[in-house]
Amino acid sequence: MSATDGPGHAGGPNPAIELVGLGYVYPDGTRALGSVDLAVPVGQRLAIVGQNGSGKSTLVRHLDGLLRPTEGRVVVDGEDAAGLKVAELAARVGLVFQDPDKQIFAGSVRAEVSFGPRNLGRTGAALAAAVDGALAAVGLTEQASANPYDLGYSRRKLLTLASILAMGTPIVVLDEPTTGQDARGIVRIQAVVADLAAAGRTVIAVSHDMRFVAESFERVVVMRMGRISLDGTPAAVFAESSWPELTATNLEPPLAARVGARLGLGPTPTDVALIEAIAARINRLPPGSS
Amino acid sequence: MLELRGVTYRYAGYARPAIHDVDLRLADGEIVGLVGANEAGKSTICLVASGLAPASIGGALTGTLTIDGEAMAGRPTHELAERVAIGFQNSATQLSGVARTVFEEVALGPMNLGLEVAETLERTHAALRTLRIENLAERAPHRLSGGQGQLVAIASLIAMRPRHIILDEPTAQLDPEGTRLVGEALRALAETGTALLIVEHKTDLLDGLCGRVAVVDDGTIVLEGAAAYVFEDPRLEGWGVEAPSRVRLGRALAARGLDSTAVLE
Repeated sequence: MSATDGPGHAGGPNPAIELVGLGYVYPDGTRALGSVDLAVPVGQRLAIVGQNGSGKSTLVRHLDGLLRPTEGRVVVDGEDAAGLKVAELAARVGLVFQDPDKQIFAGSVRAEVSFGPRNLGRTGAALAAAVDGALAAVGLTEQASANPYDLGYSRRKLLTLASILAMGTPIVVLDEPTTGQDARGIVRIQAVVADLAAAGRTVIAVSHDMRFVAESFERVVVMRMGRISLDGTPAAVFAESSWPELTATNLEPPLAARVGARLGLGPTPTDVALIEAIAARINRLPPGSS
Repeated sequence: MLELRGVTYRYAGYARPAIHDVDLRLADGEIVGLVGANEAGKSTICLVASGLAPASIGGALTGTLTIDGEAMAGRPTHELAERVAIGFQNSATQLSGVARTVFEEVALGPMNLGLEVAETLERTHAALRTLRIENLAERAPHRLSGGQGQLVAIASLIAMRPRHIILDEPTAQLDPEGTRLVGEALRALAETGTALLIVEHKTDLLDGLCGRVAVVDDGTIVLEGAAAYVFEDPRLEGWGVEAPSRVRLGRALAARGLDSTAVLE
């Protein structure tokens, strides 16, 4: 068991994902990942944060075999990914790219979403059900026959999310899912993450949206210069004692965490946690003093 | 000064206009925020304000775009480009594809303005420094992360020092520090008299940056005013816009009967 086992590790059978001394150097010599050790238990909601260029996208591209490590190993459900073909990995890990235009290729929304599950052998009613469910989850049911490039950027991003959801992979990886989304889009993505977790699937997301991270994930890993610098619950990672490290990698805690710290309420990573902490403090005061 | 008056625009091949009856004015040195749900028409307003629609992409426009009092209808695109710069939502589409390094990429803009070499170099260095990406100068533009690419695209615009800048979600892929640096760079540009129009979902950024904010819904501007006034409007959520953190938190506290001003100062 690695030293970076985070909170919520149930000690069950195999972790969904295990990275062992993972390192990656791009062909031009740029080192993107140092020696990363990380075990992600089945069913965990894990967010990966860190400054631009800290290696987050490089890391998640290893999870579905898009990149192969130059050092160390990627273990998926107990099996070394090096021994798995891309198609075998694709049945286990679904990766939604940061840039939807690198993923979309089909002529209609339905064809785009059908491609993955069809390749995994789904046909007929099972295929239709997978596609319909995924389109409904991201709110694109009415756009099923549209050309993907007639959709705006944010809907193209939701489309690429649907394409992965339709594959029903036990592990879902999202690279910057809330980028370019409006308030409704973010609520939708939060619902998708919650539904995946409720179904026992593992969700790993890269994000700069600290509020999304604090509200929707149970574990946060902070990356700096290709290495993991913090690993814990949102309460721990956004607690005041972690701020110097967060600042060092260009991050800042959510407003709720900053307000909670200023008021001396302890870690309050979300609005809900902050309000509960304030209400609890007021209730503890003797009558008439507030 | 850049001004849209009574603008209705329909993309080529579409029956319905994407935006209608839009009036919007950017005074010199002013930063105006544009918010709204996705597909409300924000990006279309950017294309029209930059002159790209219809000059480059066709379509039908009624109403007028004027810059410094001159009507822009029928002007060639190179002339428009000298007056107003636009930063697209997806920075990958902004990179020239011809530059070998980030430095060359950022220098392309000032070079194309026909500036002296010394001036081009000075502006390129200054733009990289402002966004703290000097360390990327020798990197290949196509090998950058999403956020680094976005910073390079913004540096390219800043280096041209245009009088008017239109930015479509400039910080979408940036980490919080990058977002803050872009905010500072834009504020510094505005102080030199540049007028800026910024489309953003990050209302926390606009909250401290913009004097004025306009809300777009269903193709037209439905509310416009001082940032503090617009961001307090209870209709914001119905328009698909998230109020800034301080406003949301303040409301949640008030709902529990707590005094938000004491908590948030």
